[in-house]
Amino acid sequence: MSEERVPGFSTLAIHAGAQPDPTTGARATPIYQTTSYVFDDVDHAAALFGLQTFGNIYTRIGNPTCAVLEERVAALEGGTAALAVASGHAAQLIILHTLLEPGDEFIAARQLYGGSINQFNHSFKKFGWNVVWADVDDISSFENAVTPKTKAIFIESIANPGGIVTDMEAIAKVARRAGVPLIVDNTLATPYLCKPIEHGADIVVHSLTKFIGGHGNSIGGIIVDGGTFNWSREGRYPTLSEPCESYQGMVLHETFGNFAFAIACRVLGLRDLGPAMSPFNAFLILTGCETLPLRMQTHSDNALAVAEYLSDHPKVSWVSYAGLPGDRHHTLAKRYTPKGAGAVLTFGVRGGYDAGVKLVSSVELFSHLANLGDTRSLIIHPASTTHRQLADAQKTSAGAGPDVVRLSVGIEDKDDIIADLDQALDKID
Amino acid sequence: MNHDRYPDAYIRGILDSVKTIAMVGASAKDVRPSYLAMKYLLQKGFDVIPVNPGQVGKELLGQKVYASLAELPHPVDMVEIFRSSEHAGAVVEEALALTPPPKVIWMQLGVRNDEAAERAEAEGIQVVMDRCPKIEYGRLSGEIAWAGVNTRTLSSRRPTLSGTGVQHLSLRKPKSSPDE
Repeated sequence: MSEERVPGFSTLAIHAGAQPDPTTGARATPIYQTTSYVFDDVDHAAALFGLQTFGNIYTRIGNPTCAVLEERVAALEGGTAALAVASGHAAQLIILHTLLEPGDEFIAARQLYGGSINQFNHSFKKFGWNVVWADVDDISSFENAVTPKTKAIFIESIANPGGIVTDMEAIAKVARRAGVPLIVDNTLATPYLCKPIEHGADIVVHSLTKFIGGHGNSIGGIIVDGGTFNWSREGRYPTLSEPCESYQGMVLHETFGNFAFAIACRVLGLRDLGPAMSPFNAFLILTGCETLPLRMQTHSDNALAVAEYLSDHPKVSWVSYAGLPGDRHHTLAKRYTPKGAGAVLTFGVRGGYDAGVKLVSSVELFSHLANLGDTRSLIIHPASTTHRQLADAQKTSAGAGPDVVRLSVGIEDKDDIIADLDQALDKID
Repeated sequence: MNHDRYPDAYIRGILDSVKTIAMVGASAKDVRPSYLAMKYLLQKGFDVIPVNPGQVGKELLGQKVYASLAELPHPVDMVEIFRSSEHAGAVVEEALALTPPPKVIWMQLGVRNDEAAERAEAEGIQVVMDRCPKIEYGRLSGEIAWAGVNTRTLSSRRPTLSGTGVQHLSLRKPKSSPDE
C-alpha cells in the first residue's frame, strides 16, 4: 500500500503482521509448531540471547505464528507492540509482575470479571501485590485510593457482566496525576468498538479467548503496549529504567524506547514465569481475528435487539445493557462505543432463583456454559453456577443475585435468538 | 522535513543508499544502545567507523576507533550521533566542516536538536532525529515483527531474506527477485 495511507480497521484485521512466508511464499500464516530455532553460529546465538539482534530462540519467549498475532492486535489497538500469552489471566500476571514489587499497590475497579476479582484478591496478594478497590461510578473513589505505593490503575472498558461502560478519560486523568499507567481490559469491547489508547490507556489487555478469537476454540491472552508512558521519569519502575541484571546491565527503556514495556513483559515476565501461547492457538485466533469487524457489529446489533425484546417482556423485571436508550450507562456508551455496546447483557427474571434455573434449563439454541464471546449465543445463571458458593448477600453485591441471567448474544439470525428466549421464558411458571 | 513523523520512504531511502557510517559516541560497553546499533549495522553490511576520543587507538567490534570526525580516513555517507541533544549541535558543526560533508546526519532515539537540523538541511543534508537505525532497519525489513512490534507497514509481498544464515531479512531486494 502507499506508505502515507493509513489502512482502515478491516484491512488491518486481515493484513497487519502477516506478510507471505519469506521462504515458502505461503499466504496464510504458517503454524510454526516448533519449540526451538537453530543458530547460525555461537556469535548469532549470543547476539540473540543478549537482545542484540532480532530473532527467535525458543517458543516460550517468542514464536513466528504468535508474533503475527501480536503485531495484528497491536495494530488494531494502535499500540507500539504486543505480547501474546497463554490466557487473559496470564497476561494480567505478567503485566503486574513487570510493574509491581512486593508491598506495592494497584487500584482496580470493583466492576470486573469475577475471575479477575479472585486473581487480584487472593493469588496476587501472595506476591505482595495489594489491590485497592474503587468504583467506576464514583471517579473520586479512584483519586482517594492513590497512595505513594500505587503503581497502576486497572479497569475494564465495558465491564463484565453488567453492561457497564467505564469513563476511561476521567480515570486516565487520575492515573496521569498519580504518575502511574492506566491498564484497560478491552475484552468485551474489542478495538472494533473502542480503542482505549485513544482515551488515555497506557496498556491494553485482552482475553483473546473471547471476541478476538471469537469461535470458542482457543484460550489466549495478549498485552498491548500503548507506547505512551515514560517509565524513566520518576524511577518508579526499576524493571524498565534500571540496569537489568539478567541482561548484563542493559536498561530496557533506554534500549527499546516506546515498546520497552512489551519487551520487558517478554524477556523477563514470559521468560521466567512461562505461560507461553501455543502456536496452534495463535493460528486459530488469527483466523478469527480476520472477521472481527463483521462479527462484532452483528454481535452488538443482535444484543441490542435482544435487550429491546427483553425490556418489553412481562417475565423480565430489568435489563442492564448500555446500548439501550435510558440505560444509566447509555451516555458513556454513545461516547466510547458509538458503533454498539457489545454482546453481553444481564437481566432479571421474575421468580428469582428457580425461574433462573428453569430458563437456562429450557433454552435450545443458547448454550448453557461459562464462556462469552463465541459465535454461538451463550447463557448462564451465575447464582446456580459461577457464584454458587457465595452467601445470598454476597451474590447480590457481586451482581449475581438469584434472579440474574447473563447472555453473550451470538451472531445467529436474531429472530432465532429471540424465538429461543421466548419459548424458554414461556416455560417459567 | 517534518521531524515529528518521517514517511517510511524517507527512512528506507536513507538506509538503502548509505554505505559508510561514522558513529559518534560509539560505546565499548556491550549493553549500550550505540554498541548494539553498531554491531547490528555491521552485520547488515554497513561500513561503520566508531568515533570516541576515550577509545582512540583501540578497536571496537573489529573497527579502528577515531577521536573525531576530522580525523576520519575517508569521507562517509552518514554521521550518526549518540550524544545528548545539547551536544549534538557541536557534532553537526564538525560534520558540516567535512569535505565532502555527509549526505545524512542521524541523531539517535532520544536525541533531537532542531537548530542543528535546520543548519544541516540548509546545506542539503538529509536529517533524521530521535530514531534508532537498528529499530528502523528491523521495522522496515520485518525482522522486528518477531519481537511483537507493530511495524506499521502492510505488504502482500514476501519479505526479502538477506541470503546469509537463518532469521536475517534485508531491506535490499535481490536484482532478479521474482517479486519485482
